[in-house]
Amino acid sequence: MLRVHSFESLGTYDGPGIRLVAFLQGCNFKCLYCANPDTIELKGGKETSAEEIVAMAKNQKPFFGKKGGLTFSGGEPLVQAKELIPVVKALKSEGFHVCIDTNGSILNDFVKELMQYVDIVLMDIKHMDNTKHNKLVGKNNDRTLAFAQYLNEINKAVWLRYVLVPGYSDGVDDLHTLGKHFSTHENIEKLEIQPYHHLGSHKYEHMGWKYELEGVPSNTPEQLDSAYNILKDYFKQVIIN
Amino acid sequence: MSEVKEMFAADLWNEQINVRNFVQKNITPFEGDSSFLCGPTERTQKLWDLCRAAIKEEMDNNGVRSIDTEIVSTIASFDAGYIQKDLELIVGLQTDELLKRAMKPYGGIAVVEKACTEQGLEVSDRVKDIFRNYAKTHNDGVFDVYTDEIRKYRSLGFLTGLPDNYARGRIIGDYRRLALYGIDRLIDAKKEDLAGLTGPMTDEKIRLREEVAEQIKALGQIKLLGQTYGLDLSRPAESAQEAVQWVYMAYLAAVKEQDGAAMSLGNVSSFLDIYIQYDLEKGTITEELAQEFIDQFVMKLRMVRHLRMNAYNEIFAGDPTWVTEAIGGKLMDGRHKITKTSFRFLQTLYNLGASPEPNMTVLWSQSLPENFKKFCSQVSIDTSSIQYENDDLMQDTRQSDDYGIACCVSFQEIGKQIQFFGARTNLAKTLLLAINGGRCEMSGKQIVEGIPELSSDELNFDEVMANYKIAMKDVARVYNESMNVIHYMHDKYYYEKAQMALVDTNPKINLAYGIAGLSIVADSLSAIKHAKVKVVRNEQGLSTDFKIEGEFPCYGNDDDRVDNLAVDVSSHFNQLLKSLGTYKDAEPTMSILTITSNVVYGLKTGATPDGRAQGVAFAPGANPMHGRDKNGAIASLNSVAKLDYKNALDGISNTFSIIPKSLGADADVRRENLVTMMDAYFSKEAHHLNVNVLNRELLEDAMENPGEYPQLTIRVSGYAVNFVRLTREQQMEVISRSFHSNM
Repeated sequence: MLRVHSFESLGTYDGPGIRLVAFLQGCNFKCLYCANPDTIELKGGKETSAEEIVAMAKNQKPFFGKKGGLTFSGGEPLVQAKELIPVVKALKSEGFHVCIDTNGSILNDFVKELMQYVDIVLMDIKHMDNTKHNKLVGKNNDRTLAFAQYLNEINKAVWLRYVLVPGYSDGVDDLHTLGKHFSTHENIEKLEIQPYHHLGSHKYEHMGWKYELEGVPSNTPEQLDSAYNILKDYFKQVIIN
Repeated sequence: MSEVKEMFAADLWNEQINVRNFVQKNITPFEGDSSFLCGPTERTQKLWDLCRAAIKEEMDNNGVRSIDTEIVSTIASFDAGYIQKDLELIVGLQTDELLKRAMKPYGGIAVVEKACTEQGLEVSDRVKDIFRNYAKTHNDGVFDVYTDEIRKYRSLGFLTGLPDNYARGRIIGDYRRLALYGIDRLIDAKKEDLAGLTGPMTDEKIRLREEVAEQIKALGQIKLLGQTYGLDLSRPAESAQEAVQWVYMAYLAAVKEQDGAAMSLGNVSSFLDIYIQYDLEKGTITEELAQEFIDQFVMKLRMVRHLRMNAYNEIFAGDPTWVTEAIGGKLMDGRHKITKTSFRFLQTLYNLGASPEPNMTVLWSQSLPENFKKFCSQVSIDTSSIQYENDDLMQDTRQSDDYGIACCVSFQEIGKQIQFFGARTNLAKTLLLAINGGRCEMSGKQIVEGIPELSSDELNFDEVMANYKIAMKDVARVYNESMNVIHYMHDKYYYEKAQMALVDTNPKINLAYGIAGLSIVADSLSAIKHAKVKVVRNEQGLSTDFKIEGEFPCYGNDDDRVDNLAVDVSSHFNQLLKSLGTYKDAEPTMSILTITSNVVYGLKTGATPDGRAQGVAFAPGANPMHGRDKNGAIASLNSVAKLDYKNALDGISNTFSIIPKSLGADADVRRENLVTMMDAYFSKEAHHLNVNVLNRELLEDAMENPGEYPQLTIRVSGYAVNFVRLTREQQMEVISRSFHSNM
């Protein structure tokens, strides 16, 4: 059984086409800008079976069109890698397209098996500089980089995602470092720049947490353009989400 | 009609009145994209500026520019009117002045008087004298005959918006006939019909003979109307410009004679395309001119106005006229009906800006050309002015490929069929009868006999359901009785002779019933079934509130446990209606549609077992209740798609609002995703979808600064309105609805 926080039946930002996005409960990171802080707590969520998810997917199948499908997001879906295997296997046997939206920090045998069935990995890289990564996430970035390396080795399709937080992750040098590091990864189909927003900040208040990025503004169009212009030379495709 | 015979491929249409056959033989389906389209000409822009200035005056003057209080509006009673004659390629106004409204007292003199006094004007003494003392009206007839029971159902809000003090509308004349055949030929055909209507002289036969005689007179009047504008309508149209003009004249005759709630146009675009295509190929017109004909035609349709009382605004907000034009669909032979003029009609939303009228309705089929689908999607994203209906479903179920949409969402075969409009009944309030021993929860009056008191105030599903069925049966009976009275009287005192002259003699009739409050009913029954619901009662023993313990699934989340309740209740009520005899043997159909009456219905309904408080507005049409669809837009669409069209043949309205960003990150993706969504929704045999793509903030800003948004259009429930013409309560209600956002 998967522990699901919620579903979004019209997902248009987490993989190709229209997608049913399952936000799984529980995350091993605690990013300062997390837009879904209510999914971080490792316990909880609604127990949901593979059959239920396959049934939902079947009901929505026409909406997936030629490109769409399902995306497991969270939280960090790979926290539940073992439980995800039968679900994703069942979905694949019904012909659904499956993406995993992950921070790439968990790489165990379950994850490796799961990767055989997944079509695209949407992998977040929070920062290339370890110190700054630590500041944003509370953890080092070495596991994420190792996971990216593994995906490269097994030649798994990856959409790399990078949240551009003004003053935190939009430094020119950092962007070049990001580009250089991944420019040789042929499996990366595109880089998605995720503009920073504070849409989740009201949830912090509701949960009694402090929103650490209080006062950080949204990106200006110039900031987004500038990041785009730097990164476009390193990746096959760069888009601003 | 020698000229026209030479222009087009001959077939059955030459021998009989058969526009469908003409379209089939001569249509040029178009596969291309929108790049051929032209912008507005200088003439069009100048004319539209004049219209906009007049609209501003209208808005500044309490929503009415002027009223003619002397002349009773009939087909030919007004002199010619122009916006600016030398700029007009398509001529004709309802009265002799732009946006001047006219009296049509045959619906009811009191209504006309009230509408005038609300604007500080008085109906002329002559007209008052005639209609108070000599002529009888529809409204008089109905209230002479209404039973006490019907009056009670009506005043307490079980039946609302009945067309007993306004014209029923809904009938669509085949306005194309005037262009294809001309008046003389149409009169000959009707005379032939009349000659064939011989004895024995039963009530039905006498009535029909009188109707056809009236129709023949109306055709003569339409010819006169043409003459006031220097047009010879006795003969068929012989050019694209004439075809547009003739069709408009036929429609104009209808809206001069009648002020029905909804006065649809039909499906004229691809018919007109045949003439335009002919002239383009002959080289007598350019694309720019072709677009100009359509722009000017549409401009005229936007200027249609009816005289209404303020109270009318409660059920039909924003001064709508429902000039519904059905665009697209496919032919029985497998070809589609998308023509360049389908594009040209939608292009008016760019050339003249967004607008609620004409009510652009795309008949969506999976097999329409991708280029057209993409264009529709883009126009929806840019203007929120289009609604979509499932052509595959309707064609398959109704077995016709030549139909229009009456009013909001209702199928009507053009020229072959008409509808009797039935407003709607409140099924949520009816549910409360089941819980209150058949008494109205607000007034305490006994409405339905024979409903036992509940054994316990902790609601038992089976017990409530059994009572509900008793209540529904009686409500259906009284509703049916009111309909038979209304349509009998409307035929007698306010017969639509201009429109019926353009319809086959003795057409098939649908009696279009409607229901409101379905999502409230489904959620209430779900709460009773899946959670614990306890009634709170006042000292009279009437329910005032419900205490709910535990969770229950809500309609709008693609959950069969509750969605099936909505399906079952709508099917059950439809079957009850179908079992009752009707005036003129009309075939009963039912809609799940509310227009904007969902607000007033809410006001007239006490607290419901789903946790909704007394007075809170219902969701519109078949929509899930605002905020209860928790799993996003697709799950919500999936729930509505489960409702069975065969048990709601008058239509199932779903209004869908989404913020632009939720459709995707860039313009191409958004356009593509919306096409995919529509294909998918309709592949599930869903019937209708209003598509709004806008931000809540935009609407909030428009509330504060209405002057800056004169053309802001939003789809509400089977029609579109100028947002700034809604009352503040209605605006708030629209804003409170679910705006699907996945951000």
